[in-house]
Amino acid sequence: MTDSPHTPVPKPQRFPALRRIFQPVAETRGFARFMLWTGAVLTGLFILMAIFAPWLSPYAFDQYQLAGVAFPQTAPPSALHPLGTNVQSTDVLAQILWGARTELLVVALALILALAIGVPLGLIAGYFGGWFDRIMVLVMDAMFAIPSLLLALVIAFLLGSSIASGIVVAAAAITIVYVPQYFRVLRNHVTSVREESYVEAARAIGAPPSTILTKYIFFNVIQAIPVLATLNAADAILTLTGLGFLGYGVQPTQGAEWGYDVSRAVGDAASGIWWTTLFPGLAIVLLVTGLTLLGEGLNETINPVLRQRAATRVNMEDEA
Amino acid sequence: MQTKPDTAPDAPAPDVPLVSVRNLKTWFEIRGGVLDRMLGRDAGTVKAVDDVTFDLARGEVLGLVGESGSGKSTLGRSLLGLVHATGGSASFEGQEVVGLDEPALRKLRSRMQMVFQDPHAALNPAMTIAQSVGHPLTIHGRLKGRDEIRAHVAKTLERVGLSPADTYMDKYPGDLSGGQKQRAVIARAIVLDPVLLVADEPVSMLDMSVRSKILKLMIDLKDQLGLTYLYITHDLASAKFFCDRIAILYLGKIVEIGEARALYAGPKHPYTEALLGAIPDPDPTRTIPRNLPRGEIPDAAKPPRGCAFHPRCPRAFAPCGWELRDLTPVLEARWAGMEEQAHLAERALIGEIPAEVMEGTTARLPAATPGGGADLLAMLERIRSEDPAEPFWTGIKEMRAEADHVAMEFHPALTPRLYAEGTTAAACHLLDPGLTHPRAAAAPVL
Ligand SMILES: Nc1ncnc2c1ncn2[C@@H]1O[C@H](COP(=O)(O)OP(=O)(O)OP(=O)(O)O)[C@@H](O)[C@H]1O
Ligand code: SF4
Ligand SMILES: [Mg+2]
Repeated sequence: MTDSPHTPVPKPQRFPALRRIFQPVAETRGFARFMLWTGAVLTGLFILMAIFAPWLSPYAFDQYQLAGVAFPQTAPPSALHPLGTNVQSTDVLAQILWGARTELLVVALALILALAIGVPLGLIAGYFGGWFDRIMVLVMDAMFAIPSLLLALVIAFLLGSSIASGIVVAAAAITIVYVPQYFRVLRNHVTSVREESYVEAARAIGAPPSTILTKYIFFNVIQAIPVLATLNAADAILTLTGLGFLGYGVQPTQGAEWGYDVSRAVGDAASGIWWTTLFPGLAIVLLVTGLTLLGEGLNETINPVLRQRAATRVNMEDEA
Repeated sequence: MQTKPDTAPDAPAPDVPLVSVRNLKTWFEIRGGVLDRMLGRDAGTVKAVDDVTFDLARGEVLGLVGESGSGKSTLGRSLLGLVHATGGSASFEGQEVVGLDEPALRKLRSRMQMVFQDPHAALNPAMTIAQSVGHPLTIHGRLKGRDEIRAHVAKTLERVGLSPADTYMDKYPGDLSGGQKQRAVIARAIVLDPVLLVADEPVSMLDMSVRSKILKLMIDLKDQLGLTYLYITHDLASAKFFCDRIAILYLGKIVEIGEARALYAGPKHPYTEALLGAIPDPDPTRTIPRNLPRGEIPDAAKPPRGCAFHPRCPRAFAPCGWELRDLTPVLEARWAGMEEQAHLAERALIGEIPAEVMEGTTARLPAATPGGGADLLAMLERIRSEDPAEPFWTGIKEMRAEADHVAMEFHPALTPRLYAEGTTAAACHLLDPGLTHPRAAAAPVL
C-alpha cells in the first residue's frame, strides 16, 4: 500500500542466501582483501599439492631406491632429487608433497569431528541450560585449561596402542583439543541469541525446540564458525607437526609428515646439510601462515558485516 | 479464512468470554550471586504479575497500560504460555492455559498469536519474509507443498499492506523498513487465522509517521478477521482511540479497569489520574508519562506494603501501607530544598533508615548518637509540623522517644481490593466507604 519502496523491483535472484554470504567477500577492500587473497592462494597451493601428490611427486613418500639402486643419503639437490634426500634416503620433495596430503587430511578429519561433536553440544547446552550446561561447561573448561600439545600427546599415547591407523589416532587427538573451543563459542553465542525476540516469536508460532534450534538459532550462530575453523586449522597443523616431532604423530611407515621429517633432520644443519630441515620447515611455516591469513581475512570480512547488521537495528530507517 | 483447526469449537456461547483470567500470578525468583546460592539464600521474588483478574470478550480490544516494569509483557506472555504462570488461572476458549505442557501449548498457539515490540528483532535475520511468514503454516501442518504455502503467504502479505507481495517475499528483514517489518510480523501472526492477538507495544519502536498506519491496519484486520486484541502499551493516549476497555497495571496489579470512555472521563484511581494528567504533552521522545507524582517506580523485588502506589500517591492516607523506609524520600525531598548548613544539622541527628520491608506495625528509627532519641523525636515533630500535608504522617499512630532511637507505631497496612462503580473499577482505599480519609473529614472546605 503506502509504504512500498520507490526503488525499482529487483529481478528475483536464484540463490539469495548464497549471494548474501559471498557478497561481503567480493566487497572486501584494503588490508583485509590482501590477507584474504594471500591466505587463500597459499592454502589453495597446499590443497592442490595434497590432491595431486601422486602425480606431482617423483617418488613415493617412503621410496628409497629406484630400480634396485639405492638413493644416496643426505644428497644435496640435484636433477634426480630437486630438493635433495634426507638421512633415511627418501626424496625431500616427495616428503613435502605427500606430507601436504597427510597434514591436510588429518586436520580436515579432526575439524569435521570437532565440529560434529562441539557444535551440537554447544547448541543444546546453550539453549536448554540447566545441569547439563553446567556440567559441560565445567568439563570443557577443564579440557581447555590443559596445554593443547600435552592433551594431544596424552590422547595419542592412549589411543596409539589400540588403533592401528596413525592418521586416525592423530586426528582423534587433535579433535579432543579443539572440541572445547567450538563448544564454548557456540554455547555462549546461543545463550545470547536465545534471548532474542525472534526466538520467542518462534515459540509463539508453536515451533518445537528442535525446529527452533535448527531453523532459528543455528543459522544465526554459525557465522562464527568459518573464521574459528580456519584459525584452528592453522593451530592444528602446529599441534600435528608437534606430535610428529615428538614421535607420537603419524608414523613414517604410514605417511610423510613434516614434523617427523624435521625431528630426524635436526642434527643435519650443523654439518652443512640445510635442505633436510629448510624445506619441511618452510612448508609448515607457509601452510600455517596461509591458513592464519585466510582466517584473519575472513574475520575482517565477515565481522564488519555482522557489526553493520547489528547497527541497523539501533537506528531503524523508516519509510515515508 | 478457509482453514479452521478441528480443535476450535466454532459456536461458543456468545456470553462466554474468550479469555478469562482469575487471580493470575507470575512470580520470578531472582537468582542472587554465587554466595547467595551457596548459602541457599533467597535473593527475592519479583511479583511481575500478581493476582490479576479480568475477562476478555470476543471481538473486544482490551488495553493493558502501565509504566515500564509494571508487568504488561509478562501478563501477555503468561496468557500465551510463553512464560509459565505460578498461580491462578487463565482460560482461553474454555481451556485452562496455566499448567498446560509445552506440546499442548504449541497446539493452542495456532489460535492465539503475538505481535512484538521491536519488529527488527522479532524476525529471524536468516529467513526471508516468505519463509518467516509461511513457517507457522508448516509447523502446524496447515498447508502442504511449497506453492500452496507461497500462495497463502502472498495473500497474507497483501492483506497487511505489503503489496505487491512478490516485492517482499524473497527479501530479508534487513532490507525492509521498520513499518514494513512490523507488517510482516503481523502477517506472521495472522497467517494461521487466530482469534486472539496479544500486541506488545506494537508501534512504540516505530517512526511517528507510521504508527497511525499500523494501528489503522490492526483495526482493519480486527474487523475483517474478527480478532480479539490484548493491546499492551505505556501510552494511555494511543490506547484511547484503540481500546474498548482499559486495564491500568501498577507493579503487577490491576489498579483500575473498565470501559475506556468512562475511565478517561472519570478516573477513580489516583495513579490513573496521574497518567491522564500526563497526556497533554505530545513529546514523542518520552516513553514514560511525565508529571507523574514524586518518586521513582519502586524496586519490584521489594514492593511497598499495602497499596503499592502509596509512596507516590498524593492522596494516600492511614491504611495505605506506610512503613519506615517511606521516610527516606520524604526527608530527601525536604533536604533538597534546604540550606546546606540546616540540612547537615538535621542529617547529623538521624541514624541509618532501614531499606528493608517493615514487618508488623512497629519500627525503630535509630538516632545517630547514643542517647539521641529525644533530639531525634523533637526534630521529627518539627518536620511534621512544618509540612502537615505530607501523607507519610497519616500512617503514624504514635512516636515515642527511647534512649537511642524513636519507636514508631504505624497503622496496619491494608491492600485495597477492586471497588466497582458504574463501568469501571479501581483498587483504592478512597473508594471504601468504611474508611474515612482524614483530610476529607478534617477539611471539607477547599
Ligand atoms: N524472565 C524474567 N526473570 C526475572 N524477572 C523478570 C523476567 N521477566 C520480567 N521480569 C521482571 O518482571 C517485571 C515486569 O516485567 P515486564 O517486562 O513484564 O514489564 P513491562 O510492563 O512489559 O515493561 P516494559 O514497558 O519495560 O516492557 C520487571 O520487574 C522485570 O524485571
Ligand atoms: S489506596 Fe488509594 S489513596 Fe491509598 S495509596 Fe493507594 S491509590 Fe493512594
Ligand atoms: Mg514490555
